[in-house]
Amino acid sequence: MSLLFYISSVVAIVATLLVITCHRPIHALLYLVVSFLAVSMIFLSLGAPFVAVLEVILYAGAIIVLLIFVVMMLNLGQEAALQEKQWLQPKVWVGPSILVAVLLLEMSILLLRGESAAIQPAVDMKRISLVLFKEYVIAVELVGFLLMAGIVGAAHIGKHKKKHPHRFLQNGKENGHADNNENNKEVKPGELLKEEMIHN
Amino acid sequence: MFSHIRTIWLTFLHLFHKKVTIEYPDEKVKLHPRWRGRIVLTKDPDGGERCVGCYLCAAACPVDCIALQATEDENGRRYPEFFRINFSRCIFCGFCEEACPTYAIQLIPDFEMAEYKRQNLVFEKEDLLINSEGKYPGYNFYKVAGMNAGVKEKGKGEEEEEPVDVFSLLP
Amino acid sequence: MQHVWIVLGVLFVLLNVAAGLIWVERRMLAMWQDRLGPNRAGPLGLLIVLADTLKLFFKEDWIPSFADKKIFVIAPAIVVASVLMSFVVIPFAPGIVVADLNIGVLFFLAMSSLGVYSIVLGGWASNNKYSLLGAMRGASQMIAYEVFMGLSLMGVVMMTGSFRLTDIVEAQRSVWFCFTQPLGLILFFIAGIAETHRLPFDIPESESELIAGFHSEYSGMKFGMFFIGEYLGVTLISAMTVTMFFGGWMGPEFLPGWAWFFIKTFAFILFFILLRASLPRPRYDQLMESGWKVLLPLVLVNILVTGAVLLYLKG
Repeated sequence: MSLLFYISSVVAIVATLLVITCHRPIHALLYLVVSFLAVSMIFLSLGAPFVAVLEVILYAGAIIVLLIFVVMMLNLGQEAALQEKQWLQPKVWVGPSILVAVLLLEMSILLLRGESAAIQPAVDMKRISLVLFKEYVIAVELVGFLLMAGIVGAAHIGKHKKKHPHRFLQNGKENGHADNNENNKEVKPGELLKEEMIHN
Repeated sequence: MFSHIRTIWLTFLHLFHKKVTIEYPDEKVKLHPRWRGRIVLTKDPDGGERCVGCYLCAAACPVDCIALQATEDENGRRYPEFFRINFSRCIFCGFCEEACPTYAIQLIPDFEMAEYKRQNLVFEKEDLLINSEGKYPGYNFYKVAGMNAGVKEKGKGEEEEEPVDVFSLLP
Repeated sequence: MQHVWIVLGVLFVLLNVAAGLIWVERRMLAMWQDRLGPNRAGPLGLLIVLADTLKLFFKEDWIPSFADKKIFVIAPAIVVASVLMSFVVIPFAPGIVVADLNIGVLFFLAMSSLGVYSIVLGGWASNNKYSLLGAMRGASQMIAYEVFMGLSLMGVVMMTGSFRLTDIVEAQRSVWFCFTQPLGLILFFIAGIAETHRLPFDIPESESELIAGFHSEYSGMKFGMFFIGEYLGVTLISAMTVTMFFGGWMGPEFLPGWAWFFIKTFAFILFFILLRASLPRPRYDQLMESGWKVLLPLVLVNILVTGAVLLYLKG
């Protein structure tokens, strides 16, 4: 199992580095997917299959697809790649990487002490759900409220606008939207044509 | 929702319907007598060519696939020296058959004329002539025409009067 | 050693079934349209499979000059790989299962959610307007219907109390879940059709509007991968339906378990083809609207009712 763990860790680290250094946004996102898959493999090798599968379903399967969707719509071209190249100059990345190096140092000290590094027993779904719905039930409820608000907001934004049909169709009885229209003048097609001819 | 289920059911029942496919090379398609297929040149009951080389078919052809050259024999009977139809151009519209004054050119119910080489689709007179009277048996143009072309004397045809003797005094 | 044989056997059978579906689908579609279908090559036209495969292999494998080459090549492989991975958890008969994971249902959902990448990336990498439109439609359709697919299976999972597919089959020994979970069955099947983007929900590839959508630019064996992926997806959804709702390998004793499984799966494949023959394609917004506004509430109601009944029966 530890061999699997190390292989997937290396894959995850390499993929994450490539996410940062890739110039083309879609390629970077693909490496992000690979990194997520590697992380889920790490979870699996640590005995948490439920979290691993959720990682794949939620992150790799849904969220990154949405990101790719957005990048596809933005149609980033050469300029974006050039901008990325500019961002990768040393003065930009030196600061964050020093901070990350400090974190890495801390983590390696912790790991080398060897206290918390023992591999935990398998975490099954029953334990996760019991913990979620007993100790953290308020948090779950709050997240539920948040998601509900998100859904309502999305439904409101995505609501259909009132349709404004062509002026010739506004008078017809068969048109259900005609009465919703405020500027619904009782003009017959022939008269409209006449008006237009006069204006011309 | 119910209509969807009904659609699915009705489509399923088509499994047991009679199939409309005709398995062509094994089972021939039924063609009707007036089906417009391959073009032929017919002969009159005496075995002579019906075509008189009037060029009306070539003029009527919308895609200009007919080429011919008229000539005369020693009796003054006109016939085509060559008659060429390029079937790679032909659209089988049947205008040539309608234009023909002597029922010589006819479209027959036969469509199996695929070739590997395009040049083989150019049919010469010997390919086109058939030893038959086609759709108009018994018709002989020179029997009803007024002129003498070695088939009959002038005025000897059916329902044809003797030529007027301009030297006689009686009308 | 026996495990290796199971893996190889499953792979062999699946690829043959997927290829054979070319013939089955064309023949059955023809039958339902009062035609005969391919019946010339070999007995009953069965060799048309060979002819089609050879044709795909020998076609020019063209990569457009304007395409993103790496992604263009990867995309068709993803669909086949993800669908084949899903088959790992399906029990074909008692003992014949590649990996009997205790998170089987979730694993299936995870793998089918990865399948969306092939459409999105293939359509994007083709660098073609129609392909991009198809990819966008495919992405939103598959993300939306993934949600219902997962949720519609939860009723079964609640009744069984396990994500393991063998447990779910065993739980149907007395009564199949298609009788206790009819709503879940219908919703799962609808979501499955949308997930494999088969007709009537073939909106990402709709020939008549998007000229084959996300795989417009694909030819040769790359197109063949999409083709095989689609048939494997149909087989996968049929097999999952059988496993989750129709008792998997269960059946009267006179036939072995795997035979029952294949008979039931084949019936569902035929139903897929029947749907293709009979139903027209809905408009894109109609599909999304029915998904979010009709199917999602229905799925939630199904879960709610199932949970309530289970709690009531427990006392």
